[in-house]
Amino acid sequence: MTVRERLRQNISAAFYRHGLLCASYPVPIILFTSVSILTCCYPLLKLPLPGTGPVEFTTGAKDYSVPSHEPQGDLGERPDWYQGPPVAYIQQVLVKAAVSPWDSSLVPVDVFRSPLGRVFSLLEEIRNHVYTDRSLETLCLQVTELLPGLRRMQSILPEHGCLLVSPGNYWQNRRDLFDSDPDILKTVHQHEPKGIHTSATLKDLLFGVPGKNTGVSLYSRKRVVTYTITIALSSYDARFVASLRARLKQLHPSVNCTLREDHMVHVHFKEEIGIAELIPLVTTYIILFAYIYFSTRKIDMVKSKWGLALAAVVTVLSSLLMSVGLCTLFGLTPTLNGGSIFPYLVVVIGLENVLVLTKSVVSTPVDLEVKLRIAQGLSSESWSIMKNMATELVIILIGYFTLVPAIQEFCLFAVVGLVSDFFLQMFFFTTVLSIDIRRMELADLNRRLPAEAGMPPPPKPGPLRPREAPPPPRPSPHTITLQAPAFRNLRLPKRLRVVYFLARTRLAQRIIMVGTVIWIGILVYTDPAGLRTYLAAQVSEQSPLGEAGLPPHLGVAPVFPGGDPTSTLSVLPAPEPTPLPENQSQGHGASRPGGAPLTSPQISWGSEDEEVWRRLSFRYWPSLFSYYNITLAKRYISILPVIPVTLHLNPQEAIEMRHPQDTQHAPRSSAKTTDLQTDLTLYKVAALGLFAGVVLVLLLFCLYRVLCPRNYGQNGVQHGRRRRGDLPCDEYGYSPPVSEISPLLLRGHSMDIECLASDGMLLASCCLAGQIRVWDAQTGDCLTVIPNNGLRRSSSSGCWEHRDGWDSLTPTCEPDYNEPPLRRRVTPSRPTLFGDQPDLTPLIDTNFGELPPSHTTVGFGFDFGGLVEKAYKEHEASPTMHFTAPTPPVTPAPPQRRRSLGDPPVAPPERINVSPGEWDSSVWSLELRGNLIAAGRSSGKLELWDAVEGTLRCCNEDGSSGITALAFLNNRIVAARLNGSLDFFTVDINKPLGLLQYRGPPGRASLPSSPCYSSEDVISCQLTRSVQCAHQKPITVLRAAAGRVVTGSQDHTVRVYRLEDSCCLFTLQGHSGGITAIYIDQTMVLASGGQDGAICLWDVLTGSRVSHVYGHRGDVTSLVCTNSCVISSGLDDLICIWDRSTGIKLYSIQQEVGCGSSLGVISDSLLVTGGHGCVSFWDLNYGDLLQTVYLGQNSEGQHVRQLLVLDNAAIVCDFGSELSLVYVPSVLEKLD
Amino acid sequence: ATADVQFKPSRRGPYISVITNRTTNLLIRGTMLFGVGVFLALVLNLLQVQRNVTLFPPDVISSIFSSAWWVPPCCGTASALIGLLYPCIDRRLGEPHKLKREWSSVMRCVAVFVGINHASAKVDFANNVQLSLTLAALSVGLWWTFDRSRSGFGLGVAIALLATLATQLLVYNGVFQYTSPDFLYIRSWLPCIFFAGVITMGNIGRQLALYECKVVQEKIHQD
Repeated sequence: MTVRERLRQNISAAFYRHGLLCASYPVPIILFTSVSILTCCYPLLKLPLPGTGPVEFTTGAKDYSVPSHEPQGDLGERPDWYQGPPVAYIQQVLVKAAVSPWDSSLVPVDVFRSPLGRVFSLLEEIRNHVYTDRSLETLCLQVTELLPGLRRMQSILPEHGCLLVSPGNYWQNRRDLFDSDPDILKTVHQHEPKGIHTSATLKDLLFGVPGKNTGVSLYSRKRVVTYTITIALSSYDARFVASLRARLKQLHPSVNCTLREDHMVHVHFKEEIGIAELIPLVTTYIILFAYIYFSTRKIDMVKSKWGLALAAVVTVLSSLLMSVGLCTLFGLTPTLNGGSIFPYLVVVIGLENVLVLTKSVVSTPVDLEVKLRIAQGLSSESWSIMKNMATELVIILIGYFTLVPAIQEFCLFAVVGLVSDFFLQMFFFTTVLSIDIRRMELADLNRRLPAEAGMPPPPKPGPLRPREAPPPPRPSPHTITLQAPAFRNLRLPKRLRVVYFLARTRLAQRIIMVGTVIWIGILVYTDPAGLRTYLAAQVSEQSPLGEAGLPPHLGVAPVFPGGDPTSTLSVLPAPEPTPLPENQSQGHGASRPGGAPLTSPQISWGSEDEEVWRRLSFRYWPSLFSYYNITLAKRYISILPVIPVTLHLNPQEAIEMRHPQDTQHAPRSSAKTTDLQTDLTLYKVAALGLFAGVVLVLLLFCLYRVLCPRNYGQNGVQHGRRRRGDLPCDEYGYSPPVSEISPLLLRGHSMDIECLASDGMLLASCCLAGQIRVWDAQTGDCLTVIPNNGLRRSSSSGCWEHRDGWDSLTPTCEPDYNEPPLRRRVTPSRPTLFGDQPDLTPLIDTNFGELPPSHTTVGFGFDFGGLVEKAYKEHEASPTMHFTAPTPPVTPAPPQRRRSLGDPPVAPPERINVSPGEWDSSVWSLELRGNLIAAGRSSGKLELWDAVEGTLRCCNEDGSSGITALAFLNNRIVAARLNGSLDFFTVDINKPLGLLQYRGPPGRASLPSSPCYSSEDVISCQLTRSVQCAHQKPITVLRAAAGRVVTGSQDHTVRVYRLEDSCCLFTLQGHSGGITAIYIDQTMVLASGGQDGAICLWDVLTGSRVSHVYGHRGDVTSLVCTNSCVISSGLDDLICIWDRSTGIKLYSIQQEVGCGSSLGVISDSLLVTGGHGCVSFWDLNYGDLLQTVYLGQNSEGQHVRQLLVLDNAAIVCDFGSELSLVYVPSVLEKLD
Repeated sequence: ATADVQFKPSRRGPYISVITNRTTNLLIRGTMLFGVGVFLALVLNLLQVQRNVTLFPPDVISSIFSSAWWVPPCCGTASALIGLLYPCIDRRLGEPHKLKREWSSVMRCVAVFVGINHASAKVDFANNVQLSLTLAALSVGLWWTFDRSRSGFGLGVAIALLATLATQLLVYNGVFQYTSPDFLYIRSWLPCIFFAGVITMGNIGRQLALYECKVVQEKIHQD
């Protein structure tokens, strides 16, 4: 044994023990790992949060000196960036100017034209200011040219000189250009970007105050214009600045100004990530997410794929965090840009180990214990995991010795990350995996049984069909295999899950709502239609107190004059209740309120003016400097205290400065003469709003229809997608694939088929004429024909093409009375024992019986019960019955049959008492188990027929009320009668039980292995118990499975009986109508549907109601459950598929009229429904139509009313007088 | 085994014939590879462009296309050629690539390739020799991790040399130039980058070709 081998073994053993440990104590281990992750991440709290916001530091202005480059230890509060000189010193001159007193002869343009015009003289003053020998030119920050991309700003921003920014830049700092500018506002606004802007705009840059505070607007009610002149100084000369301040203050004194002047604010800017760096970063992250996606997609065969994927990502991410945290703890502060190396670290660490672990664990034998599985999975992959880890470590170590600092740091992080990742994989992920596997096993327990049932049946034992060799196993065209139980949940349609998640949480609606609110907010904010200004204009126009400063949307009534009949502005509340005197509202009629008192604009200084730059975007300074290719990243600027300047201009001055066009401009904005135009604008706005509203409503509607499949209130309205399935047999969407299979038609019945029963191997059908035929479910051969009221048996072979019933017999056929003597002895009074004549009487007879059997199952037939019985009685009395029964030449009575009937003296069926009424009774219910057909007749007689021989094995006439439903389970038969009583029969075979041959595989869903009754046995059927008043009203449904018998009745209740002792366990109440459908299967799933259209799911063990949904308009006609969903159909011809656990309707399929109740489930994901002459296969998960199989060429008119799914994935459907045996399409392929 | 009932025609849809058609398939793959090449060229070029002072310069979009217009198409064409050449050579040699043929592995490879570019652009090395050696080691590591085929290595080296030569010629003729050439007219790490790129594109091309193989196999199987 080499060292390598030994090492390998040791590692494997260690991993094995570790796996056992993890799987045994999952909770403590997860707690431990969580604590250790948190501990290791704790140092991260000390790291500064990533962010690009500027940091400020304030010092006194008096004793300012340029900070040295060397950090000084004594100044504790000094931030570490406060070293060296700043990029620039910013001196701002805040100008507030107003024309006062305001004159009524002034136009709105006067508010800002002359105040802005004063900027040029101020600029002149500043430029020419000299203190001793220093001028601004020597001190200011000299800038070169703008960045190449900013050519269009070239005329506005200063180049090759002092960085001095003011509104004067709009006019190249030239007074003459300003004076000749006809429209100042247009000049100012022409550089504004459209839409929402977060960054500093040119207007912000030049004015130095937020746009709305400038007062440069036609509708400004304060009539104060505010702007700044911003000077960037490269060096700080306190005396120069002080003298400039004194000079400006002296020239333009601000009376009530108490701004502080002793603080300097230093603003430090962090490094910003530009787009040029962002794009590669984003690309790496995209690649990273693609990597994670493709990796976690490989996680398979677990209970919760998403959970494990999340755990894998958490493992990697928290290992990275741990690595950073640990490195920080040991003094290694990350200098690299964490964001950019992070993806590479993830890629280096990788998710591979996690995937390998998962794969290895899930590939261990399923029947092992969970912890053994985990341990085995771990140990089998231990060697490769260790090997990979060692390789990676070696590679990283090599990288460490490149001695490049950046790479060394990366390697260090990677090493720590790898180790912590290994730790987390071993403890965290393994434990999560064990929990997951355990959950899977739990889920497995519930499903194992039906899952096994889905396996292909083993070869049938011989004795089933003694007379012919079992047919060669059909080359099974279907390869449907049920998924292994645990994986089913994974195959849930993601699309549906997403949609239902959305529907459940009303997420779409909420998002749309929030989005609408935001949209409206943006609309109001950005004001695309000029609504706000329009409103403001309206208000200022209507109000004589234009400068009252009231927000227009508040619409405070007292401000408005009396009712304005011409006002079309419906947004504002009607200004009716105005307390203003009448004379003021009179003034409203004039173009401008002449007599109204005008208040002069007041210039006030407050503390908010101290640091006016704070109100700007924090990108203001960086963007200003970036235009000159000066970065502020990782540097700082010092902002000097602002110099306040107050300008009061008299009206005369303002009028003098007017541009000729200003007066033209003025009346347009305020006069009433433009009513038409403004009205037009209003109409435009209204039309736009209406259009937007309509579009929004339509959009909402569409989104709602798309995203919200739950039909609130209405179940008739269908999901858009599903509605395509309205006509499943027609062309729609895509044409249904042409069926490659031709269904086997089982012909023989002369009338419509009423009852169908199957046990997988054999198929029994009963038509309206009362004829029972037994077919081979595999080949479609007719094995036996049991005519209505005879004990005749026909040939068993090849009868599905030719009709050997009465069609082949001519009416002239002579009755043959050469019966076997035995027969005569048994039924001495009736020579017409073999009623096979084309006499109309059986037809008439069974026409009466026709309705009840077909409708008893759907639940409303019982209203006819009395009528039917009356009809029977009438018919009994009819003396015209004249049966002539020719014995078919091919079937001389075989001795076998004679024995079976004649031999047993103990058997009760010897007393087959043939009364005339009995012959007329029709078969109301049919059951088939292990070659015994149980037929319940309308006369209350229970007959047991041998399916293969076609002989009557026994007969029980204990009850007189018609048997409406039968259940045949094991050796018990339960019969529900018309009068509401429930009879329990036991089928006894006088043969040692040990010799009973069990045949067949366990049934698909509800059939346990049933004993095979060989024809030699004597069978007796005894009434063991009769529950007289099982229900108050007739029993409509009877189902038996899993040792329980469940009955549903018209009296709105469901009762659960135990099969062994016929003891009533529960009476389930919850429906508000008669019960019409019940489903129970081997896994004790009980569902019931009633006439009220409700579907209830019950817990059979406790008798409690699990869920209750209303699904149908009208009766629920049939119900099937799969592991994940409940499928119901109703009289409204709708098939609804419900989620079994949540009770949410997944979708519904509109069936054709009359085909609603025919449905069957072939596997967990395949649904088959009947239609007009066809059957359709649906994918249950997605609700997609897979294929439609037409049953005949010209049989469009026929409905498929009953549908039976056999074990071998064949389906049998009742198709008029024919049966159709359809094998599930071979195109349904197995997917691995 | 996990089994599921699936329906073939609806699953495959109308694309089956398109995908199985050899020329269209080739065209699709070529287009995809071209797109990937152009995209990577743009992104990696951004990495190479030295960081500007700008915060948000108004001409962000133009800075993405800061290199000459012909660079991305050239890279795209080259990557399409390489991506098609690799599976073709695999087929010719009869030794199909077996190692880790999954998309997650391909993504990892692309990420490492971007990382190599990142290192060449952003990491400050002491000298050019160290930089080039490190990048060479990284490139070979890339090959070892994601390729490990001799044909891949040979093709990679050959194409890298050719591309370097072409770049030399371009620079010599003054089409463009490097700011600090240290190997004749170009940077010495250029061959390593080319090699890593060839390996990456080959990986993607092989993965794409895998789809074709699968589909064709299934079709044959079906027939």
